[in-house]
Amino acid sequence: MTKVFSDKVDIALTVNGEPVEGRVPAGQHLVDFLRQTLGLTGAHASCEHGVCGACTLRVDGQAVRGCLMLAAQADGAEVWTVEGLTEQGSSRDLQQAFVARNALQCGFCTPGMIVAVEDLLARGGVPSRAEIREHLSGNYCRCTGYEAIVDAVEGVAQARAGKGAA
Amino acid sequence: MSIAFGNPDRPNSYIGKTVPRPNAEKLVQGRGRYVDDITLPRMVHVAFVRAPLAHARIIGIDAEAARAVKGVLRVFTGADLAEVCTPWVGVLAHLKGLKSPPQHALAVDRACWVGEPVVAVVATTRAAAEEAATLVEVDYDPLPAVTDTMTALDADTPVIHPDLGDNLAFRRLHEEGDVDAALANAHKVVSARFRTARHTGVTLEPRSILVDWNPAEGQMTAYHATQAPHMMQTVLATHLGIPESRVRVICGDVGGSYGIKVHVYPDEVATAAISRVMARPVKFVADRLESFTSDIHARDHEIEARIAVAEDGKILAIDVDDWTGIGPYSVYPRTSAIEGNQVVNLCGGPYDFANYRAQTTVVFQNKAPTCQYRAVGHPIAVAITEGLVDMAAAAIGMDPVEIRRRNMYADDAYPVTSPAKMRFEGLSHHASMNKLMEMIDYDALRADQEEARKQGKHRGIGIASFIELTNPSPFMYGIGGARISAQDGCTVRMDPDGSVVALSGVTEQGQGTEAMLSQVVAEGVGVTPDKVRIITGDTQVTPYGGGTWASRGAGIGGEAALQAARALRGSILEVAASMLQADAAKLDIRAGQVVDADSGEERMPLEELGRIVYFRGDTLPKDLPRELVQTRHFITMDYPFAFTNGVQASYLEVDTDTGVVTLLKHWCVEDCGRVINPQLVDEQIRGGIVQGLGGALYEEIHYDEDGQLLNGSMADYLVPMAGEMPDMQIGHVETPTGESELGAKGAGEAGTAGAPAAVMNAINDALRPLGAQVTEMPFTPERILRALGKIDD
Ligand code: FES
Ligand code: FES
Repeated sequence: MTKVFSDKVDIALTVNGEPVEGRVPAGQHLVDFLRQTLGLTGAHASCEHGVCGACTLRVDGQAVRGCLMLAAQADGAEVWTVEGLTEQGSSRDLQQAFVARNALQCGFCTPGMIVAVEDLLARGGVPSRAEIREHLSGNYCRCTGYEAIVDAVEGVAQARAGKGAA
Repeated sequence: MSIAFGNPDRPNSYIGKTVPRPNAEKLVQGRGRYVDDITLPRMVHVAFVRAPLAHARIIGIDAEAARAVKGVLRVFTGADLAEVCTPWVGVLAHLKGLKSPPQHALAVDRACWVGEPVVAVVATTRAAAEEAATLVEVDYDPLPAVTDTMTALDADTPVIHPDLGDNLAFRRLHEEGDVDAALANAHKVVSARFRTARHTGVTLEPRSILVDWNPAEGQMTAYHATQAPHMMQTVLATHLGIPESRVRVICGDVGGSYGIKVHVYPDEVATAAISRVMARPVKFVADRLESFTSDIHARDHEIEARIAVAEDGKILAIDVDDWTGIGPYSVYPRTSAIEGNQVVNLCGGPYDFANYRAQTTVVFQNKAPTCQYRAVGHPIAVAITEGLVDMAAAAIGMDPVEIRRRNMYADDAYPVTSPAKMRFEGLSHHASMNKLMEMIDYDALRADQEEARKQGKHRGIGIASFIELTNPSPFMYGIGGARISAQDGCTVRMDPDGSVVALSGVTEQGQGTEAMLSQVVAEGVGVTPDKVRIITGDTQVTPYGGGTWASRGAGIGGEAALQAARALRGSILEVAASMLQADAAKLDIRAGQVVDADSGEERMPLEELGRIVYFRGDTLPKDLPRELVQTRHFITMDYPFAFTNGVQASYLEVDTDTGVVTLLKHWCVEDCGRVINPQLVDEQIRGGIVQGLGGALYEEIHYDEDGQLLNGSMADYLVPMAGEMPDMQIGHVETPTGESELGAKGAGEAGTAGAPAAVMNAINDALRPLGAQVTEMPFTPERILRALGKIDD
C-alpha cells in the first residue's frame, strides 16, 4: 500500500454538533470519511474533483467541496451536512420549497444544492435570479434544468427577507 | 363506471392535479438510499483495470504487485470470469441484418475501446482495490484502431471483427413514393450536411451495483441503479446460470438515468459474476473517468439530407442519408441499431408529404459503445427535418411558421400513416403551433429582433415541431426476441387501516413515478393520495414489468395502476354493499369513506370495513368474496407506439465577435395526452430541454484518431450549468390516447427531442442576414466564427 493510504492520522472534529474522533487514512477525503465511517450518506460523491458540487458541505461556516478537502484537514473543524441542517431545522423552509416547487428529480444533487444555497442566502438580501443562477453555477444538476431550483431559492430568499423586515 | 376527466370537481379528482411527490422529502433531507449508500456485512469492493488502447491484443497479465497490496483479496481476468459467465450478443431479430460479436464481462484476448474492462481487482476497501488496479500490468499488442465513421466501410480500413466480414453492423433503407422524380421536378431543392456530436448522459450518480450471492439460499440479490430491474434479473440469471426465480434485483433511489442505466454493462455483470465466485457482497461504483469511458455514448451521426418543395411551400420529398458509429459492440440487449433506425422512422414526422427516402448506416469503430440515451434518435431526426424546413422556407422567402402550417398534418386528419410508415392515432400540430404563437407573441418577438438588429445585435427565433415516440408495444424489442416487457402490472391492496399499497413494475428515476402512481391509485380507489404507499423496483415483490424507459411509466404503468385501483374499488364496494345491505352500484368511495353515490352521505370509513374483513370475517356471508388485493396488467395493442407531438421555440442572441450564443428564452408546447400531474410533466420537459440545449451548445465527446478519449472529466465535457440556462415556458394541448382509460402518453423526451433543432434554427435565423449557417453540433463559438468566416485556418 502506498504511503498516502497506509499512513493514518488521528482527528477530532465536530460533525452536526456532535464531537467525533477518528483515525483516518492520510489520503481520505472528508466526504468519504463522512459517508463511509460516520454513515452520513447525505453528501454525495460524483465527479470527485471539485466540479459538480454534489459533495458540498459546510465547514467552519464556509461551503466546501467534500471531495477536495482531506478528512485530516478537518481536524478541529466544525462540519455540517444536510442531515445536521435537517435536524437543526435551519433549512426547513428551503427544503419545503424544494419539495413544493419540485426543485429536485433524482435528488442526487440536492443535499449539495441545499448547502450551497444556504451559503448564498446567508449573505442576506434577495438575490436576483441571475445572481442565484451564478451562485449555483458550481452545482451541477442534470435532471431539473435549474429553473425550479431558482424559483425555490428566490421564494425562500423573499420570505426570509420579509420575515427579517417584519 | 369510467372517470369523468372533463369534470374537475368530480370526487377524488387527483388525476390532473399537482400533487407533491411522496419521495421528495427524504431526498431533500439527505435520506435517500442510493446504491453507494448501502453497506452489507462482509462486503468487498471491485475496481477495474481498463484498456488504455482503442484496439489491442492482450498478450499477458501480471497481477503480482496488485495481489501484494494490503486488503486485496482476488484478481480476475477475462478468462477467469468466462468460466462462470457466458458472453452475450446484442442483436434483435426484427432489425434485419444487424450483427455483433459475442461480448464478455471482461475482455478475453482483445480490447476494443479505451475503457473496456480487462481485469477486476477485489479488495476490502475501494481505495485498496483502486490502488492495486493501477499496479496490474497488462501486456498489449496494439492493433489498428478504426475511429472514423464515414470511412469505416472503405476497402482499406481494417475490419475490427474479422469473423463478421466487414465493419457494417446494420443498414436500413426505407423508400416511399418516387423521391428522385420529386427532386427532379421540384421548384426548389435544398441540401445540407448535419452532424450531431457524441454525447453521454453524465448521470450525477455514477453507475452503481452491489451484488450479493448467497449460496446457502441459492439466491442472488443485486442492488442496482437501473431503469429495468426485471430485464436485469433475466440477464444476470441467463449469463450466470442461475434460475431466473433466484435472482432478485432491487432498485432503490437512482441518481439520474436518462437511458444510461437501462443497458447491460460488462463491468456490472462482472461484479455479479465475482459475487457468484466469492459468495459475498461485491460493490462496484464507477468513478467519473470510468463513467466517461464506459457509460454508453450516443448521437454520433453524420447526415446528408435534401428537401424538395413546391412554390407554395409544400414539401414534395425528403431524402436522408444517415451514418453513425456505434463502437465495437452493439449493446445488449436493446442493440445499438435502434438510434439509426429511429432516425429513419422519425424524419419528416410532423409533415404530410408523399416521397420519402431514408437510409441509416451503422458501423463499428473502436470507441465506447453507443446505445439508447434520452430521446433516442429524436434530436437527430428533428434537427434534420426542422433544419431542412427552415432552409427551404428561406429559399422560397416564406416565414418559417407559415411553411410549417402548410405542411403539418391537419388536426382532424387522424388516424394517419406517415411516409415512414409510422401510425399516428391523434396529434395536434396546428393547435400546438397556435398555442406557441400566443405564448411567444411571435409578431412582437419579430419586432424585437428587428429592433435589436438596428442596434447591431444578432438575435434569432428558432421553431422546431416534433413528434415523440412513447408507450412502446412489443414492436420495439419483444418481437426481436429480447426479454424486455412492454406490458406492465400493478397490484393494489387495502390494508386493515384503510390505507392502500400499490406495487408497480415501473420504476422511479426522479421523474415522479411514485407521485403519479399515488394519485392515479388514489383516484381509482377513492382515497386521498397520502393514504397510498407506492412500492417499486423490487423484482421479488412487484408484478413483472418493463421498468422505466421510452416514456412508458405514466402511459403503461399508470394505466395498469388505474385498472388495478378500479378493481380494488369494486371489491371494496362489494363487501360494503353486503355490510350495509345496499346496492353496490349506488355506493361510492370518497376520501376513504364509503358513501351514498347520489347524496354523498357517509356510510362507513374504510378502516371499519378493513377491521371487519381482516379481523371479523366471521360476520360476513360465507360466500362473499373479500379479496382486497387486485392486480391488473396493461399492454398497448392498437398502435405499436403512442406518438405525441409538440413544438418548441428558442430566442437567442449571437455575439458575432466572440461566437458566443446567449439563450434569452425557451418555450415548449407539448401534447402528451392526459396530463396526470402538471408540475411533474412541466419539470420533465424543462429538464429534457436543458439536456437538449447541452447537446446544441456544449456537449461533445472528443476522441483522437487513435481512439483516445480526450475529455473524460466534468471539467472538460461541458454540460449546462445554471448560469447559462434560460427560463422556459411550457404549455399544453391534451389529446388523450384512446388505447387506455387514463389516456396518458409519455413526456420524458419531448424537451430533448426538440431543443437542439430550435436552437440551431434560431442561430441560423440570427446569422442569415450575414450569409452564415451552422449545422454541426454543438454550436461552439469556434464553429460559429468559422461559419462567419472569422476563423479560417
Ligand atoms: S464530488 Fe465533489 S465537486 Fe463533484
Ligand atoms: S435532481 Fe438529479 S441531478 Fe439534480
